[in-house]
Amino acid sequence: MKTAVIVFPGSNCDRDMAVALETVSGRAPAMVWHRESALPEGTDFIALPGGFSYGDYLRSGAMAARSPILRAVIDAAGRGVPVLGVCNGFQVLAEAQLLPGALMRNAGLNFVCRTVPLTVENSQSLFTAAYGAGETIHIPVAHHDGNYFADRATLDRIEGEGRVAFRYADPVNGSARGIAGVLNDAGNVLGMMPHPERAIDPAHGGTDGLRLFEAALGVLA
Amino acid sequence: MKVNVYVTLKPGVLDPQGKAIHHALEGLGFAGVDDVRAGRFIEMEVADDVSDADLDAMCGKLLANTVIENYRIERA
Repeated sequence: MKTAVIVFPGSNCDRDMAVALETVSGRAPAMVWHRESALPEGTDFIALPGGFSYGDYLRSGAMAARSPILRAVIDAAGRGVPVLGVCNGFQVLAEAQLLPGALMRNAGLNFVCRTVPLTVENSQSLFTAAYGAGETIHIPVAHHDGNYFADRATLDRIEGEGRVAFRYADPVNGSARGIAGVLNDAGNVLGMMPHPERAIDPAHGGTDGLRLFEAALGVLA
Repeated sequence: MKVNVYVTLKPGVLDPQGKAIHHALEGLGFAGVDDVRAGRFIEMEVADDVSDADLDAMCGKLLANTVIENYRIERA
């Protein structure tokens, strides 16, 4: 498995993501700078990490979504390469319109930083196949702009199509219908505000994020 | 020439920042404020021959996120 982590100025979870990918796949990912116009040949998994790309200028993820490397990411996503966007990565994917909706300022206006329970809504996707349907998992969140918004028709459509991957089990940030993670229509792009890469080692306080990487990287026993 | 772009949240999109500003105004003792919505104002200096279509595309592609925001362009 050849994985890649996209690094923007202001990314700060790129190393954590790299550790998770290497731990699970056994191979260090390529760290790809935002100015690159192409991904390494044969990249078959792309991660967009958390952080504050471009200082959250204009809107969270807005500048990163228009950076040169994103054109390559969008092309790869269109070819079916799995793309995982976590936190700021989710914001970038929404701004790039690879995923529906937008991430707005948290309803309580506070930065929320704690481990939260999530309900696995779709356990059939390539990212979530190692979880049970309806299972509750515990994953940390750390964000200011995680309040998922989409119009009612879009929400009805993505719910109807099983594209809500995760839902907050308790209110966290005001997200529409408690949505914490969303899949694209082909199911190969997942954006989520919680950080699975921060829950892969017992020293993290939990390992519920591990199965996401194991499923997505095809290393299930 | 100068171009002003006003980016505002669409009606119906909850605006927690506007709400917080509203509460703060009330806390300062200002009565009679019914609602506050916060937006963004962008000032650009552009060549005179930049077309309306290009200005519109700049807003639609970058300056506003049309999932949640409306925009208004004003040639000053």
